[in-house]
Amino acid sequence: MDILFVLIPLSVVLVFAVIGVFAWALNAGQFDDLEREGERILGAEEGPGFPRSGNVDSDQARE
Amino acid sequence: MGNNASPAVKGGPVYNDAVVRAFALAAVLWGIVGMLVGVIVAAQLTWPELNLGISWLSYGRLRPLHTNAVIFAFGGCVLFASSYYVVQRTSQVPLFAGKLAWFTFWGWQLVILLAAISLPLGFTQAKEYAELEWPIDLLIAVVWVSYAIVFFGTIGVRKVRHIYVANWFFGAFILTVALLHIVNSAAIPVSLTKSYSAYAGVQDAMVQWWYGHNAVGFFLTAGFLGMMYYFIPKQAERPVYSYRLSIVHFWALIFTYMWAGPHHLHYTALPDWAQSVGMLFSLVLLAPSWGGMINGIMTLSGAWHKLRDDPILKFLIVSLSFYGMSTFEGPMMSIKTVNALSHYTDWTVGHVHSGALGWVGLVSMGTLYYLIPRMFGRKQMYSTRAIELHFWIATIGIVLYIAAMWIAGVMQGLMWRAINPDGTLVYSFVESVKATFPFYVIRLVGGLLYLAGMLIMGWNTIKTATSGKYEPVPVPPVVAHA
Repeated sequence: MDILFVLIPLSVVLVFAVIGVFAWALNAGQFDDLEREGERILGAEEGPGFPRSGNVDSDQARE
Repeated sequence: MGNNASPAVKGGPVYNDAVVRAFALAAVLWGIVGMLVGVIVAAQLTWPELNLGISWLSYGRLRPLHTNAVIFAFGGCVLFASSYYVVQRTSQVPLFAGKLAWFTFWGWQLVILLAAISLPLGFTQAKEYAELEWPIDLLIAVVWVSYAIVFFGTIGVRKVRHIYVANWFFGAFILTVALLHIVNSAAIPVSLTKSYSAYAGVQDAMVQWWYGHNAVGFFLTAGFLGMMYYFIPKQAERPVYSYRLSIVHFWALIFTYMWAGPHHLHYTALPDWAQSVGMLFSLVLLAPSWGGMINGIMTLSGAWHKLRDDPILKFLIVSLSFYGMSTFEGPMMSIKTVNALSHYTDWTVGHVHSGALGWVGLVSMGTLYYLIPRMFGRKQMYSTRAIELHFWIATIGIVLYIAAMWIAGVMQGLMWRAINPDGTLVYSFVESVKATFPFYVIRLVGGLLYLAGMLIMGWNTIKTATSGKYEPVPVPPVVAHA
């Protein structure tokens, strides 16, 4: 089962990569105000015939 | 089709919806084709004479055509369409590299066309769900890398700091499928149409099911969960039940999915411990899967009446109940003692279709019914009653299909293991085939109903497209922090 010497290290590397991305997300403030993030998509404008419900929250704007 | 992709109407930027529209329409077309081929192979299993003695109509060649068409052509186009739509709306920017997005569209259509030609002609790598020969595999890799550039590029230039949870699911799906495809498709070509896998024997089997099950987990689950987390809240006009839980759902799924594959190789030459690891990880997966299902369904909490009036929500919510059903059934079937009964029987086929028709199919249709009118400047599809009809026909079709396969599968498993007191088998194999015949007929009826629903969708889509006119949607301005 030599293939396991490829697949298992590959999975371990992948798990570390996932931990890295998770750490980035945590430090970048992705999880700072979770409950409001769920609401945000409902406000975004859709197109003709759809109600405009407010602007995007200003503190989430990205320069 | 490409001419209305250009931005700048009245000065401001507009969303790049033309490529979304193209993928959405292609999805409906390939859905009809793939499901039609499925009905044909279901009929061939019932009445083998239906291959008419023509080699390129034989079951062995049409079956991979069916799986490739429904998974990669239909499912793939829905994934492209929805991910391009969602990433633009939630990032509030047009697609990054719009021309490259068009390349992914035409490149993917070329892959589908080449598959539709090469598979009936018998060119295959003989790896399940990865049958396509090496030149097509290379094209897939190029298209997929372009897809990743467009998607992650759009994330990179986003105007909203927070990356919405649906994008995490889409992103994980894109990256993991790239990795799986490259590792599993490694092969040594001997001619333009023939190659040999880089792995041999049980090694090849392990790579194949490492790929195969993760393809289920990431192509057919993660990406569609992305749709669930965007389109259910949008259609219900309510935020997801617990956004916090959706984040936990994502990370738990990502951490635990990778090693479920060996459950496809119970009682084979694969080492016993590797089989047990596969079973263990499969059992663990029940937790994040059900967490996600409950989160999606509970989004309607306090607004259940919407389910009665809105057929699109019916599609989306019922798809989640099938997701819950098949993610309970899957871990159960991965238990070795259960697998001893279920493996190689039609129960497996029933399980796959409970996930494919019930979860992936219904959530795709709900998503397309949301997207298509918006792609033609309309509020709704041409006929809402036709959506309702489609929903009921499809649901009845699924129930007939999976119930028939459950009964057939358990019956086959019991017949194959029945032993006389002197140790000989009670039934010959062909006796179990004969006993399965009525269930194959019921399965064919179920498949026909599901296809009929898709044809209704095709009609509704044409009527919507011809009666609407697309107006470019401006990207709303993001107010900068004072």
